[in-house]
Amino acid sequence: MAMTVEDVRAALGARVLVGREHLDREVRSACGSDMMSDVLAFSKDHSVLLTGLVNPQVVRTAEMLDIVCIIFIRGKKADEKLLEMARERDLVVLETGHRMFTACGLLYQAGLRGGAV
Amino acid sequence: MEDAIILKYGISPDDFTRAGEASSDVKSKLKQMGVSPEAVRKVAIAMYEGEINMVIHAKGGEITVQITPDRIIMELADVGPGIPDVELAMKAGYSTAPDEIRSLGFGAGMGLPNMKKYTDEMKIDTTVGVGTTITMVVKL
Repeated sequence: MAMTVEDVRAALGARVLVGREHLDREVRSACGSDMMSDVLAFSKDHSVLLTGLVNPQVVRTAEMLDIVCIIFIRGKKADEKLLEMARERDLVVLETGHRMFTACGLLYQAGLRGGAV
Repeated sequence: MEDAIILKYGISPDDFTRAGEASSDVKSKLKQMGVSPEAVRKVAIAMYEGEINMVIHAKGGEITVQITPDRIIMELADVGPGIPDVELAMKAGYSTAPDEIRSLGFGAGMGLPNMKKYTDEMKIDTTVGVGTTITMVVKL
């Protein structure tokens, strides 16, 4: 099932912090972790990354993997420097108050999958 | 080697927020050269993990990237503590990174396994107390 970043945003009731102009981008799979090396082990096209970790390495990890959208969970606040980095890399950044389990569950229910390992 | 492009980067120690800048630069250069997205991603991930390792474990070092028509060769050289047991270090989940690194999202013991996973060849040359040089090849 083809989904867009906007579908992902709507399923989570998330707020757009960066990349409002890219909400029509296609999303095919998702990955959720606070450990960036676990995320780096996962390389799929058109992915979103859910994480509770907020530091510049999240943006770099997303950059290396060509991730289309970062979702900060549990209402974690990203600072302006991080958001600027994301802007420079044409990423979408969303923020949701949901915890990891719930956020992943909502996206799974909406039809998103993790992709084969 | 004919037609080889060589890029060199100094990796500064103890600056975790800047770790990854070299990998980011290589990624955008390879993209501009028209290298396939799949190969670009493999190089970017493997080099990024290596670059992070150099910052966490080795107090920086030097990365040389050689781009030839049929392969990309990354050489990551540091004068850090060396790896006492390479086989153990290669095990998924094994890590000697301190807790503060784990709280930054690394140290899950996936760095070296990921580097191996995304490259076609990987060689670890290490001597305890002298340093480590990791050479990785991605074929185009």
